[in-house]
Amino acid sequence: MNALVSLRNLRVSFDGQAALRGIDLDVAPGEAVGLVGESGCGKSVTWLAALGLLPAKARVTGSATLQGQELLGAAPAVLDRVRGGRIAMIFQDPASSLNPVIRIGRQVEEALRLHRGMQGAAARAEAKRLFDQVGIPDAARRLDAWPHELSGGQNQRVMIAIALAGRPELLVADEPTTALDVTIQAQILTLLQDLRRETGMALVLISHDLGVVADSCDRVCVMYAGRIVEQAPVARLFEAPTHPYTNGLLGALPPLDGPRRRLAAIPGSVPEPWAMPKGCAFAPRCAERSPACDIAVPGAVPLAPGHQAACIRATAMGLLKETVAA
Amino acid sequence: MIRFLGSRLLRAAVTIVMVVTFAFVVLRLSGDPAQIIMGADAPPEAVEAFRAAWGLDQPVWIQYFHYFGAILQGDLGRSMRDGRDAIVLVAERIPATLALTLPALAIKVGLGIPAGITAALHRNSFIDRAVMMLAVAGFTVPSFVLGLLLVLVFAVQLGWLPSGGQDSWRHAILPIITLGIGGAAVLARFTRSAMLEVLGQPYIRTASAKGVPWRAVVWGHALPNAAIPTVTIVGFMVGSLIAGAVVVESVFSWPGVGRLLVVAVANRDLAVVQCVLLLVAMTMVTSNLIVDLLYGLLDPRLRNQPRRAAGMA
Repeated sequence: MNALVSLRNLRVSFDGQAALRGIDLDVAPGEAVGLVGESGCGKSVTWLAALGLLPAKARVTGSATLQGQELLGAAPAVLDRVRGGRIAMIFQDPASSLNPVIRIGRQVEEALRLHRGMQGAAARAEAKRLFDQVGIPDAARRLDAWPHELSGGQNQRVMIAIALAGRPELLVADEPTTALDVTIQAQILTLLQDLRRETGMALVLISHDLGVVADSCDRVCVMYAGRIVEQAPVARLFEAPTHPYTNGLLGALPPLDGPRRRLAAIPGSVPEPWAMPKGCAFAPRCAERSPACDIAVPGAVPLAPGHQAACIRATAMGLLKETVAA
Repeated sequence: MIRFLGSRLLRAAVTIVMVVTFAFVVLRLSGDPAQIIMGADAPPEAVEAFRAAWGLDQPVWIQYFHYFGAILQGDLGRSMRDGRDAIVLVAERIPATLALTLPALAIKVGLGIPAGITAALHRNSFIDRAVMMLAVAGFTVPSFVLGLLLVLVFAVQLGWLPSGGQDSWRHAILPIITLGIGGAAVLARFTRSAMLEVLGQPYIRTASAKGVPWRAVVWGHALPNAAIPTVTIVGFMVGSLIAGAVVVESVFSWPGVGRLLVVAVANRDLAVVQCVLLLVAMTMVTSNLIVDLLYGLLDPRLRNQPRRAAGMA
């Protein structure tokens, strides 16, 4: 695969506490990848680290390349061109993600100036076009509004307009709908899908909600405690979830059809960074735990094209297949 | 906007009336000016005559109404010491005080704000710690101690500068530095924390994420937000341009409004004290009004927004 972005053994620690424990992930041009997991599992940190947006005290190692160009440790001028220009990012809380003392039109025009060299009337006209594109009604007048005059959903549309301004090849949407009303959530997700179709950009959708990701993405990565524990094409993940944590997440989703059932919660909670087990991080909460789980961290095992899981049961299944084949 | 201004002006007027009333009551309660001005061993008839001449023999509330009525007509009374108009006595001293407080304000703003910003941008570094250590030292040392310390070093030991008086511009240097350092320290600390608060906000991350170079993030995105709380402190400093140098003027024998106030209080020169207090209240109230208006200018969230209802969707 000719990846647009490649993360290799990406690790992040804050004050010696590991937050990200080795992420390997490729995003192909135009692809939509979902990143799911509980809060604190490192979904956002992964992309903030790749773009150099973490605070200075964060220690980032490994590699993050954009079409072969290394981003970790790149010069500020290089990163400034990549950010917004090739990889754009939108965030969870649109109200506080926009600068409260700058008119929203100007915040869009700033990105147009930085990445497309547009100034004055041209930038304003393009900002209006972007507002139309992301579905902000009465765009021409809204350019002069302040962020506090808009609703959360409208502000998220402004954020998306800013992100589109640089014509990025990848949009990283970090929980873009979590802070919004349910009806608005669906609108924003539909908008993201439409924009991806129109522009051909790749999308990384970070969410704690497997349902949200299932609708919008081609491929899903399930993260737990700073690692990707399973990744697969969406349909495959729902058909043949392998990692017990993925099973747990699916069990926590309410079914749309069939009899009503009690939603299954995953018992326990994510281990604290300073008390991470030596073996599989999910083992303490896992119903199918065996003594072997505590020995070492299981590696990712390929199960089918594009499907891999990091669980010793998957390892066993893989061995079984090999044996059968032999 | 008109309503906003109207309510602020009304509040300002109420504040001034309260200050004037308070000053009047406290001064009348704190000793008999006739006795103090005429001396302890003056003949009783002379003291009585003094009281009658200045209206001090009338009931306090009548004195208050006379006094208040006179103020409304622009008459701030005469000094009981030398009979000149209090307003003239005070006005004479204002240039001398401003000659200290204006340059000191420039030092406070010019030194304090950049120091605070620098410290915030280099959080937890050597620069940050050094700036904050100096700032803590700067505002914990009382101005009279700092003033005396500067006199000791630069006037007594080194002999570079005069220790007091108002004969040349060189006489102003030490009092200006004394005034400036304390204020710069306060502003540095305040600016630093305002800056740190703003730098931690999500919209700063957004600015970086859209490719704004760090310098432009600081200047274009962080500073306009950090300015909002900082303006409050600067406004307070502007408000104390007239009365902020009482101690320093005394330490350096600088004949400004502050020293006039100290002397007038000691002498129970009622009209002069009241006049100074009125002036101080008015500068403070005016600068507060300007700060309120600046808030509206700096922070769109605080403006009256008729558009707001239409903007919801």
